[in-house]
Amino acid sequence: MKMPLSALLGLTFTALFFLAAIFADVIAPYPLDLAVGKVWEPPSATYWLGTDTIGRDILSRLIYGGQVTIFVATASSLLAFSLGAILGFTAATQGGLVDQLLSRLVDLMMAIPSLIIALVVLVVLPRSLITLILLMGLLDATRVFRLARAVAMDIAVMDYVEAARLRGERQSWIIFREILPNALSPLVAELGLRFIFAVLFISTLSFLGLGIQPPLADWGGMVQENKDGLIYGKAAALMPALAIAVLAISVNLVADWVLSRTTSLKGGRGG
Amino acid sequence: MDKPLLEIRNLKIEATAYPPGEPPRHVVLVEDVSVSVQKGRVLGLIGESGAGKSTIGLAAMAFGRGGVRLTGGQILLNGRDIRGADVGTLRALRGREVTYVAQSAAAAFNPAKRLMEQVIETTLLHKVMGRTEAEARAVQLFHKLGLPNPETFGQRFPHQVSGGQLQRAMTAMALCPKPELVVFDEPTTALDVTTQIEVLAAIKEAIHDTGVAALYITHDLAVVAQVADDILVLRGGRKIEYGTTDQIINAPQEAYTRALVSVRSIDHVEKPEAPPILSVAGVTARYRGTSFDVLKNVTVDLAPGQTLAVVGESGSGKSTLARVITGLLPATQGRISFAGRVLPPDLASRTRDDLRELQMIYQMADTAMNPRQTVGTIIGRPLEFYFGLKGEARRDRVQDLLDQIEMGKGYIDRYPAELSGGQKQRVCIARALAAKPKLIICDEVTSALDPLVADGILKLLLNLQAQEGVAYLFITHDLATVRAIADRIAVMYRGSVVRYGSKTDVLTPPFDDYTDLLLSSVPEMKLGWLEGVLASRRMESAGN
Amino acid sequence: MHPVIKLVTQRIALGLLLLLAVSVVIFVGTEALPGDVASAILGQSATPEALANLRDSLGLNEPPLTRYLAWMGGLLTGDLGTALTNGQDIGQAIAQRMGNTLFLAVCAAAISVPLAILLGLVAARYAGRWPDKVISGITLSTISLPEFVAGYFVIYLLTQVFPVFQPVAMIFPGMTFWAKLHAVALPVIVLVLVVLAHMMRMTRAAILNVMQSAYIETAELKGLSPMAVIWRHALPNAVAPIISVVVINLAYLVVGVVVVEVVFSYNALGKYLVDHVAKRDLPVVQAVGMIFAAIYIGLNIVADVVSIVANPRLRHPK
Repeated sequence: MKMPLSALLGLTFTALFFLAAIFADVIAPYPLDLAVGKVWEPPSATYWLGTDTIGRDILSRLIYGGQVTIFVATASSLLAFSLGAILGFTAATQGGLVDQLLSRLVDLMMAIPSLIIALVVLVVLPRSLITLILLMGLLDATRVFRLARAVAMDIAVMDYVEAARLRGERQSWIIFREILPNALSPLVAELGLRFIFAVLFISTLSFLGLGIQPPLADWGGMVQENKDGLIYGKAAALMPALAIAVLAISVNLVADWVLSRTTSLKGGRGG
Repeated sequence: MDKPLLEIRNLKIEATAYPPGEPPRHVVLVEDVSVSVQKGRVLGLIGESGAGKSTIGLAAMAFGRGGVRLTGGQILLNGRDIRGADVGTLRALRGREVTYVAQSAAAAFNPAKRLMEQVIETTLLHKVMGRTEAEARAVQLFHKLGLPNPETFGQRFPHQVSGGQLQRAMTAMALCPKPELVVFDEPTTALDVTTQIEVLAAIKEAIHDTGVAALYITHDLAVVAQVADDILVLRGGRKIEYGTTDQIINAPQEAYTRALVSVRSIDHVEKPEAPPILSVAGVTARYRGTSFDVLKNVTVDLAPGQTLAVVGESGSGKSTLARVITGLLPATQGRISFAGRVLPPDLASRTRDDLRELQMIYQMADTAMNPRQTVGTIIGRPLEFYFGLKGEARRDRVQDLLDQIEMGKGYIDRYPAELSGGQKQRVCIARALAAKPKLIICDEVTSALDPLVADGILKLLLNLQAQEGVAYLFITHDLATVRAIADRIAVMYRGSVVRYGSKTDVLTPPFDDYTDLLLSSVPEMKLGWLEGVLASRRMESAGN
Repeated sequence: MHPVIKLVTQRIALGLLLLLAVSVVIFVGTEALPGDVASAILGQSATPEALANLRDSLGLNEPPLTRYLAWMGGLLTGDLGTALTNGQDIGQAIAQRMGNTLFLAVCAAAISVPLAILLGLVAARYAGRWPDKVISGITLSTISLPEFVAGYFVIYLLTQVFPVFQPVAMIFPGMTFWAKLHAVALPVIVLVLVVLAHMMRMTRAAILNVMQSAYIETAELKGLSPMAVIWRHALPNAVAPIISVVVINLAYLVVGVVVVEVVFSYNALGKYLVDHVAKRDLPVVQAVGMIFAAIYIGLNIVADVVSIVANPRLRHPK
């Protein structure tokens, strides 16, 4: 099947962002924390994206910041995904009390906006990378749980699952061989959405001064550092903002494409 | 002869399909179909799914569903071509000159509005008559169509009345503006057989009394034979045969039509009584969290190599019986003996041999196969699971089974989506056979299939029974199927077995009331059957 | 009892129960977390005396249940205690800021709701054609933007590129209504952008869902004009889903407000909350967090009640 242009663009940009994050040390032209130029220099041949509030190279900070943002977002979305998917499948296939308990707990967590929970929790907890990853992973696991449970429930009532149960197959066969292969595409698309959510969430927290703490840099924090420049017409704050937007839109485009493929695989005759 | 009311000449209908993620595909739905309907006459359109019958029906209103386009030929309504007529003209004729009765009235009525509002909507819209007059006519039609409390029926909402009543209300809605032509699109297909006959009779009478012309679309030749004056047989969007109902039923010219007429006339001689392999004794069951029994004290036996048909309408508990026997729904009372041992009521306590010897085939083959597994995996899994067959040995055995279900080579690596409906059901049969079962429960296995395909499956099942000596518990709502395959029959009604015995005994009078109603409601492939049944029912009720 | 009344009562009771559970989470949850609240507030270099003092003033030496009941009692009677950082009365501080937050939220809702429904209708009417594609493409991008990013793009665009507005939103008591309106224009634009996309996409989906029903085809086959089809057959069934879409998105607004207030240094509840998270001022955060959670839950209850009341099957039982 041919890949539509939007998905191709999305995939290319996503890949570029990840590559830049992985090889940050190799490609960043300047160190993270060194004031190399004057304050808020406009983009030039020396500083491709200009300099920041104390004269550091924005491109370099963007690359290093991307490393932190993407790492935290990847870690927390993987955590959210595995936790939510495993518990969701368990709830759907076990049913009964396990399902009731997990579902009510998730209802409760989703009754409060994630940001509010995060703010309340961050009053007490140290604002370390570990805390942030665990916090975001847990909060977001609730959404994956709901989706995984719903998808698994839809599949679990299919006659082929019943047929497997009547054959005497074990629970693990039913989950991994009958349900999982059919639930994979919507869940993969969901992984993309969770990743975006994590990028936006960590950026927002950092912007509020509650996320990644110096000396580490991340995109949300960079917007915060440079926001005052906007009043004087200095666009430095927009660079990290743009990075967040482009990454989020790119992943969204890929997720959209995966989702549209899912529906085509579900019904109708192939071949 | 008068000028026809509707004349279709060389109609061509095309559509563009948009499979998600694939390039759009151009398809021809109907090609070179010509037909005509005189005033006050009924034309039956018959064919299997995909024959284009509904598409032609809607074309009589110059309507194309979704991306369907009427691309060629003429559709002459009262002499003027409405194909490609402007929007205003079409709006003026839709709901006024030509009206429509959909297959699922439950979905076709707006859930937020009272029935009366919807029934008289077109009559008011097209200014056929005033509101008072329209309501009076609607009540009159409700009366004629045998709806309960016709005076107040219109005040109800769609969800407050039954499916059969909604179908009649939709007929009233179609007849209210005094149209010249009504398109009936499978109006009784979604109904139970005892409801179908009532609705069918009501429709026929209403057509007769109002003198309206009609297009009657259905896949069931026996049904259309009761209402139509002429019949057009369609297949794959093309005309197969076109003639009077009498000629089509009694003297079909084309091989395809002959096959349709003789469908379900498999001759099956019942086998003599024998000691049972399956014995269901006094079984009662209810679903968790509910307070009434869906099965009440059910007792039936089934001998090895024989077929027990369990017949009933929706809600009779026949599928629940299958769930109880398989252990998916443990019985609250009673005992199930199988192959000389008593089966534990719940699935989890049964041995692997219990499970292996008792296989199941489902109504919807589509959902009974994992779409991510190949035919080879689907049939091969029981071989590996029960007999430990692996690699080449497994593949060879799968091929043997494919040969047995008459599918041959080249299918082993295909996915279910690449098979036709009949082939899918065959693969499900092969999967059941792979376990070398003593009993196969067949749950409505032919109901989702077109008649000819269903016939093929029934013949295959009979052959396999003769070869393998496997017993079938055959659950169905279709009495023609029962005649074709059963040795013994259990008739179920509201959770109980109301009649049980050998095929001949069950199908021979005297009947109990329900069995009588059920048997006499099954449309037969002959003219005047409907009138005959109605007349005898009237006599009976007069006699009582 | 009429089933509608029964269901609505059930739903509201459930909402209240949820609110109670949320209060437990917010109060007990923060204290059950690993680490000591007092030392988290004072930092690692705190002296033992300072820690003991703080524990005492937080009431940490009392049993948890007693403290929770006292806190709940305070919440219900409007006595929210005093802030750790400056000893200010929390109830008063909230009362001063609540109005500003509501003003911002109501302005944003007043613009975004009609606009979203209109755009949703247009997109649904032309589903799959260019107006739909344009609207959907733009909203897909705005969904991908966090509130603060959207905020700075708007600030840069409307104060630097086209200088129409002030980048900081200040409201004083005594300002005229129009002056206030001008002052909050930028934050309102940002909130509208953020909420609009979600609301419009969900409205579009709700209408398309109704338009695919068989009874819409019935109406077309009755010879009704497209407007009559929508007006008489689609709308009565689409009203309920649309209203619940709107209410659910107003709940999104609750979160949006917090961030947007910080972006524009707008002195209201959200900024008050964030400032005190940074200062680790637990009582303030618990109180304000509870208020935001209560509004959010309240809106969700309203959405559910609307969809119950609008369901003809429940209104006219068999």
